[in-house]
Amino acid sequence: MIRVVLPAHLRTLARVGGEVRLVVEVPATPRSVLDALEAGYPMLRGTIRHHVTQERREFLRFFACGQDLSHDPPDAPLPEAVVAGAEPFRIVGAMAGG
Amino acid sequence: MSGIRVLVGTHKGAFVLTSDGKRKTWEVHGPHFGGWDIYHVKGSPADPNRLYASQSNDWFGQVIHRSSDGGTTWEPVGNKFVYDGVPGTHKWYDGTQHPWEFKRVWHLEPSLTDPDTVYAGVEDAALFRSVDGGQTWDELPGLRTVKGNLWQPGAGGMGLHTIVLDPSNPRRIFIAISAAGAFRTEDGGVSWRPINGGLKSNNELPDPEAEVGHCVHRIAMHPSRPGTLFMQKHWDVMRTDDAGESWREVSGNLPSDFGFVIDVHAHEPETIYVVPIKSDSEHFPPEGKLRVYRSRTGGEEWEALSKGLPQRDCYINVLRDAMAVDSLDPCGVYFGTTGGQVYASADAGDSWSPIVRDLPAVLSVEVQTLP
Repeated sequence: MIRVVLPAHLRTLARVGGEVRLVVEVPATPRSVLDALEAGYPMLRGTIRHHVTQERREFLRFFACGQDLSHDPPDAPLPEAVVAGAEPFRIVGAMAGG
Repeated sequence: MSGIRVLVGTHKGAFVLTSDGKRKTWEVHGPHFGGWDIYHVKGSPADPNRLYASQSNDWFGQVIHRSSDGGTTWEPVGNKFVYDGVPGTHKWYDGTQHPWEFKRVWHLEPSLTDPDTVYAGVEDAALFRSVDGGQTWDELPGLRTVKGNLWQPGAGGMGLHTIVLDPSNPRRIFIAISAAGAFRTEDGGVSWRPINGGLKSNNELPDPEAEVGHCVHRIAMHPSRPGTLFMQKHWDVMRTDDAGESWREVSGNLPSDFGFVIDVHAHEPETIYVVPIKSDSEHFPPEGKLRVYRSRTGGEEWEALSKGLPQRDCYINVLRDAMAVDSLDPCGVYFGTTGGQVYASADAGDSWSPIVRDLPAVLSVEVQTLP
């Protein structure tokens, strides 16, 4: 069971209160987590990844285990602690400044 | 007793303002979608409880919501706006060609007859249509073949912001784009032609009378005269009486003919409203006085309407989609400002009062007259 933490606006859009828990086949990757997330919450399609390119939206970041995974390949395996559910996969909105 | 529902899109959410037919006391509902840019909210003429809302921001992109109960509850629908085929290129700021890239939906225009059909005007400029209540969207790509390679974004982006449906001819649609101009289809959106004859952009274009490239800010029509259109251009207030074949300037005695909004009285096809703005570099009212100008002669002769509006130290703007009228008698006129005020007049503009003063910057105002 992989735990996903969404930014506040996406929690509202998906109508979830806290973490989202997803069953993802091993090896779990950012792509497979996002595929599972969008399958369970189709209103999130296009809000994290671009519809056509499937690339991460520019102002979002993926954090886990104290690391920035945003620039890792989408098919790179996630840290074991994320796969085990000990640590969440965090989808974070970039700071806007100002 | 009839009622009024004012749909307000702001920089940080949507608000629904309601009143009875007297239009004296108002309730403010919202924010819906708090924190998001709400470029536009509009109701279906065929089913007033069916509303569509465009929400977007730089983080999460575009979302479309639909309501089936007049804005009390909302559900997300489709947000996949993909240009038809190979998107192609348009003119970029530096004169080079730049790929078409979807950014946001500026304007939603529900069909006059079918609550599930709705048009979306988007940036980079294109027209999309949904026939399933917003679940899926398809581009009407013929529009971008009309010299689309010459279209160029203005400072505010290249948005398709105006969609006017002809109530007498379901196959005729007018649209306007900044900065490409006005276009018309006679076959339901398959093919299009520019309708910019008579527009003059002396300072904005190397050829002031170019076929495309004009910065049209807004077009308005009275449903009883679908061949007559009124336009607030970047500079100049214009009108056409032949469905856009030829335009003529009707700025007349306006203190400035720059502005964004324009609308038509619900019962008087020759009574029109604008809000003059000082200039293209100073987006606030002349002299710090917020004045709506009304012409009862279809342009040329204008009178200032200032009763109830701030007449000193007012430096707000009124954006292109932020004026609307109701269809009660007397006609109600409404507009929202970048300062967060929504002003209403229940006497066709003679006097004004704020419905609400402290919303986020207002991007759009639409009005529904309810039975």
